Amino acid sequence: MLLIRCPWCGPCDETEFRYGGEAHVARPREAQSLDDAAWAEYLFMRNNPRGWFRERWVHAAGCRRWFNVERHTVTHEIRLTYSGTRVDPMSELDRAPSPNSK
Amino acid sequence: MTAFRLPEGGRIDRSRPLNFTFDARRLSGFEGDTLASALLANDVLLVGRSFKYHRPRGVMSAGVEETNALVAVGEGGRLDTNSRATTLELHEGLTARSLNRWPSLAFDLSAINSWLAPILVAGFYYKTFMRPRRLWQSLYEPLIRHVAGIGSAPTEPDPDRYDKLHVHCDVLVVGGGRSGLREALAAARTGARVVLVDEQSESPATLAPELRLPNVTLLARTTVFGYYDDNFLCAVESDARRQRRLWHFRAKEVVLATGAHERPLVFPGNDTPGVMLASAVETYLRRYAVAPGKRTVVFTNNDSGHERAKTLREHGIDVAALIDSREDAVVSRVLGGKRVAGVEVDGRTIACDLVAMAGGYSPVVHLYSQAQGKLCWDEKKLCLVPDGCRQNVRIVGRAAGDFPDYGIAPMWQVDGPKAFVDFQSDVTSRDVYLAAREGFASVEHFKRYTTTGMSTDQGKTSNVNALAILAGATDRRIADVGTTTFRPPYTPVAFGVLAGRDLGDFLEPIRVTPMHEWHAAQGATFENVGQWKRPWYYGRDMHQAVQREARATRTAIGVLDASTLGKIDIQGRDAGAFLDRIYTGRFSNLAIGRARYGLMCREDGMVFDDGVTTRLGEQHFHMTTTTGGAARVLDWLEEYLQTEWPELEVYCNSVTEQWATIALAGPKARELMAELAPKLDLAAFPFMSVREATVAGLEARVFRISFTGELSYEINVAGDQSLAMWETVMAAGAKHGITPYGTETMHLLRAEKGFIIVGQETDGTVTPHDLGLGRLVAADKDFIGRRSLERPDTRRADRKQLVGLLPADAREVLPEGAQITEIDTPLPRRRGGKPIPMVGHVTSSYYSPNLERSFALALVRSGRTRIGSELYVPLDGRAAKVRVVDPVFIK
Repeated sequence: MLLIRCPWCGPCDETEFRYGGEAHVARPREAQSLDDAAWAEYLFMRNNPRGWFRERWVHAAGCRRWFNVERHTVTHEIRLTYSGTRVDPMSELDRAPSPNSK
Repeated sequence: MTAFRLPEGGRIDRSRPLNFTFDARRLSGFEGDTLASALLANDVLLVGRSFKYHRPRGVMSAGVEETNALVAVGEGGRLDTNSRATTLELHEGLTARSLNRWPSLAFDLSAINSWLAPILVAGFYYKTFMRPRRLWQSLYEPLIRHVAGIGSAPTEPDPDRYDKLHVHCDVLVVGGGRSGLREALAAARTGARVVLVDEQSESPATLAPELRLPNVTLLARTTVFGYYDDNFLCAVESDARRQRRLWHFRAKEVVLATGAHERPLVFPGNDTPGVMLASAVETYLRRYAVAPGKRTVVFTNNDSGHERAKTLREHGIDVAALIDSREDAVVSRVLGGKRVAGVEVDGRTIACDLVAMAGGYSPVVHLYSQAQGKLCWDEKKLCLVPDGCRQNVRIVGRAAGDFPDYGIAPMWQVDGPKAFVDFQSDVTSRDVYLAAREGFASVEHFKRYTTTGMSTDQGKTSNVNALAILAGATDRRIADVGTTTFRPPYTPVAFGVLAGRDLGDFLEPIRVTPMHEWHAAQGATFENVGQWKRPWYYGRDMHQAVQREARATRTAIGVLDASTLGKIDIQGRDAGAFLDRIYTGRFSNLAIGRARYGLMCREDGMVFDDGVTTRLGEQHFHMTTTTGGAARVLDWLEEYLQTEWPELEVYCNSVTEQWATIALAGPKARELMAELAPKLDLAAFPFMSVREATVAGLEARVFRISFTGELSYEINVAGDQSLAMWETVMAAGAKHGITPYGTETMHLLRAEKGFIIVGQETDGTVTPHDLGLGRLVAADKDFIGRRSLERPDTRRADRKQLVGLLPADAREVLPEGAQITEIDTPLPRRRGGKPIPMVGHVTSSYYSPNLERSFALALVRSGRTRIGSELYVPLDGRAAKVRVVDPVFIK
C-alpha cells in the first residue's frame, strides 16, 4: 500500500486515491482538425515505461483534487507529487519533499 | 516406545494437564505444550501424509517452518485447515485431525502413489493429462480436483468476529529474540513509539521486563505475514485459543530480527517420521521436556551438529553416531516406514529411533524480500543474506546472516531415491535433476515446473537446498542460479481475518430514501441499484404487480419515489459553456426555467450517462444523472474542470440526498397537482420546464419532465420533508386511484416509449447514433467524444443499432441478453458445435398490459435497415421468431 503525499492533505494511504493514467497528455484543443491517426494517438496511446513515470492521481476519498505524481514503475518509489497540469513540475514551489523519499 | 516426556525440566506447567484428541485418540499434555510437543510426548510420531505420494510423515521442526505436521483443528464453521501442529498451542479439549489420508492415517489407500513414484515425477500432470483432450473435462480435472489441496475448507459460515487495527509507529521490530529485544530497547530509550512483534506465545515482556514502557507496544503470538510498499506491514495476532485479529502497521523504520531457520539435509528417506531438524530436537528437549527419541544419529555438515550431540547426551539421550559429512561420512539410507528404525552409513546399519539433521542455517529473509530487498549468496556461510533495500528497513542478528563461522561445508545431497527437498510439495532431489535435464534451468521456470517452494511454507526449509541442487545439476554456481521472490503471506492467513467485520450488511453502505419505511410497509420488494435500495414492485407477484402498476399509470395516476436519481448543482460564470462541452447537445442557450435531455459521451464517443438538466438561473443549473452513475458523473465533471479546463469558473456539488423526488405520472396527474399546489399556474407550465412552488404547504421545485411518456410532474422537496409530502400526495391522490409503482414498472413504461436506460441499452460500446439519438448531437460545437464520432469505426453502417422487437408469439417474453440470429435454429446443446453467426442481442424485454403483448428492445447489426424484417432468438430447443420494428411502441 503506497503512501502518497496529496499536495493539499499530506501523506495518505493509497486506498484513498484513484489512479488516472499518464500525466501531461492534454486534450487537443482543435480536435476537429486532427486526422484519424493523430486523434487515435491521443485517444488510445499511452507510455508504459520501466522506470520513472509521471502519472495522474485523484484524492477521491479526501479533497477530491487531481494532482500529478512521479513514480518509479519498478520500485514504486514516489519522488515527487505536484498539483495541476498547468504547473511546471520542476518548479521549486512544488518540490516539497515526498514522505516516500528517504 | 520411542518418544517420551522427560521427568523434569521444560517451560511447561506440569500442574495443569490438558486433554485433547488427535484423530479421535484421547491424549493429554500440559499447559505450555504445542500440539506437536504433546503428540511427541505421547509417542505419536506419525502425524500426517504427504501431499502427492501420501508418504507417512512426522514432526520435522518445532516452529513456523513445519512442512509435515499440518492438521485440521476445530469443528464446523471454526474448522481451521492445515494448521501447523508445531505452533498450535495446546488447550483443554483441542480436537485435531490429520490430513491427506483415507480411510485412516495408518492405512492410507493413496499411499499407492508412493509405489507409483517413479512415474509421478516433476511435471507429471503436464505430461500425463494432456491427451486425449476430450478427457480433460470429464475425467482428468475432477480427478485432480479430488486429490489436490491440503485439507478441505469449512462448509459452514465462520461464527467468529475478527477485528482490524491500524497503527502508526516510529519503529516496528519484527522478532523478539535477542537482537529484536536489544533493538526495541534502544529505540524505546529515544522516546520513539515502538511496536515489538513476536510470533511465539511467550511474551517479550516476560523475557525483557525493562520493555514495559508507555511508548512500547508488545505483541506476542503475532506473525507479520506481509511487508508491502512504504513500510506498510500486516500481522495476525492470535490468543491462546486462536481468536485472531489483523494489524496494519505504517512504520517510519522497520527492524527485522526474524532469526534463521535450520535446513534439513537431503538424503534418501529423510522424510521418515523420526527424522527431525537438530535444532527442533533441542527445542523439544529444553522447552517442552520431550525427548523425540531414545537413540539418536546426528547427521551434520557443520560444527553445530557436535553441539547438538552434546545437548542430547546432557539430557540422557543416547547418541549412537555423529555422522559429519566433512569427514566423508553420510547417511545413505533411512530404515523404517512409519518410524525410524535405523540408518545406513557406508554400508553398515546403525540402529536408532531418531535422526537429527543439522544442515546449516538460512536467515529468515522472507519479509526483507517482500520489501523488495535484494539477496546475495554468501559463499562462506552458505546462505542467502540481505543485500540492500530501498525501503527504510534494517535487518539484524541471525536474519542478517550475523552468526559466527560454524565451519559449514557444502553437502547438498546424498544421491538416491526419495531424498526430499521440498517436503510439502513432495519434490525430491531426482525431480530437481529431471527438471534441469528437461531444460527448466531458469530458477523461475524450475519453481513452477516442480512446485518447489510454492506451498504454504513458501520455501522456508526447501529454498536453499533446491537452489544448490539445481546449481549442481546445471553446472552453475549457486550465486548464478539466482533466487525466486518470497511472497506474502509468510504464514497462511484465514480469510475471516482479512474480511474482518466487512461482511453481510456491513459489506458496503446501504442507502435508502426518506420514504423507505413507507415502501416496506406497503409490501414493496426492493431492488439494489448501486448502493441504493429502490422499490422494485409492490406486492408478492412481480408480473401481476407490474401489470397493475403500469395500467394504473397509463389510465389514472402512478407515483414513483425517484429520490435516488443523481442530482448535481452546477453554478458559476462558465456553467453554460461547461455543459456544452460535457453534453452532446447545447445547454448554454437554454432559457432560464427550461429543461433539456442530454447525453454524455466518453472521449471515445460511447454513451456514458444521460439525464435532464434544468437552468435555474443565468449561472445556475440543476443536473440529473442515472442513479448508479451519480458519483461517476460528478467525478467526471471535476476531472475535466480541474485537469483540462481549469480556466472555466464552475462549481459542482452533489445534491442527491438534499432533494427527494416524488414523480407523479398519468392522465390524472394534472388534477392532483392542481389540488396540491393551488397557486401554481398549470396552464402556463409547459413540458420541460421548472417552477418553484408551494406544494402541500411545503417549498418545492416541480419539474415537468417525463420518463413514462405520460403527463408528469416531478416534485422535488427537501429530504427531511419528503415523507410528509409523500403521505399527503397519497392521501390526496386516493380518489384518483393513485398507485405507487416500482422500478420494474418504470422500466416497462419507458421501454414502451423507446426511452433508453444507460447500462441496459448501452454497454460502453454504443454511440448516440447507434441509439438513434443523432438529433441530440450538436454539429456546431466541441464536446467530449465529438471527434471520435467521426472515426471510421463509429461511422460504420453495420454497427449495432437500437430497434424494437415484436415476438411472433405475443405472449413470449424474450430473455434479456438473448442473442439474435438470422437463421431459425435453437441454442446448441453441447459445447464445441459450429458457431452460429449472431447479429445482435435483446437489451430489454417485457409484457405490456397497455399493448396487451410482449415486446423488446434490442441492439441489432444494421438494425434500422432491417425494420419490417424477421429475425430469430435461439432458445432452448427452439427459436423464437421476432419482427424488427421501430423502438417506439406507444407514440
